[in-house]
Amino acid sequence: MEIVTTQYKHCDLVKPIGRIDGYTAPQLATMLQAPYGDDHSKIVIDLRETQYMSSTGLLALICLQKTYKSYNRGEILLAGTPEPIHSAFQLSGFDKLFRCYHDAISAVANF
Amino acid sequence: MVTKIYPGEYKSLAIISNFIVDQASRASFSPRDIYAIQTAVDEACSNIIDHAYSAEDLGFIEVNVDILDSAIKITITDDGLPFNPDEVPKPDLHNPLENRKERGLGVYFMRELMDEVSFDFSNKRLNTLVMIKKRDTVS
Repeated sequence: MEIVTTQYKHCDLVKPIGRIDGYTAPQLATMLQAPYGDDHSKIVIDLRETQYMSSTGLLALICLQKTYKSYNRGEILLAGTPEPIHSAFQLSGFDKLFRCYHDAISAVANF
Repeated sequence: MVTKIYPGEYKSLAIISNFIVDQASRASFSPRDIYAIQTAVDEACSNIIDHAYSAEDLGFIEVNVDILDSAIKITITDDGLPFNPDEVPKPDLHNPLENRKERGLGVYFMRELMDEVSFDFSNKRLNTLVMIKKRDTVS
């Protein structure tokens, strides 16, 4: 998995490319483990080029969302979720824990 | 019938997934079902590393794929510690974020996405998991 990041004025955009599984989820969790300042407590994760996400990936995102939401109005938004991954979100009740947007630009605009 | 053996390490997960996707594609499953089969196998193999071996590089994961007339049968074997799947807690699907517990999602996915899931721990040395997905079923 490759992770591409872009910094905007009000939030950071994080784009994982490839698989988020038992091997790669810790990389994403480590990278985002804690906000590193008020300007970086709002994150958009663009899943458009994420090919697969296991329950380990889902649980990593839940842990991160707990951390960011406890931090000065921080939040993680999801964008561009491919249909099979969205189905897994629905199956796990995960879709109720994140605001999801069709694309990254819409998500960034909502911060 | 095709059998592959992989080291019990997280790096194997992507390689196993590629093998499963290739086999399910050859068996003419729909993209949605291929993703479901890939997920079930990936969750099973993650559980083997996490729970049967409790660490990486302590054993093997054998994956056997049998393409049947109307289904795919996947048998996964390891020689780690057995576990009672009935004791795996049901996942927490409804609580708000702050109360979410983080267990049981892998087995839940396997059971939701496949038509048949059966564990066999009767062999004292080997644990065996058999999962079957029928063609043209809605997952």
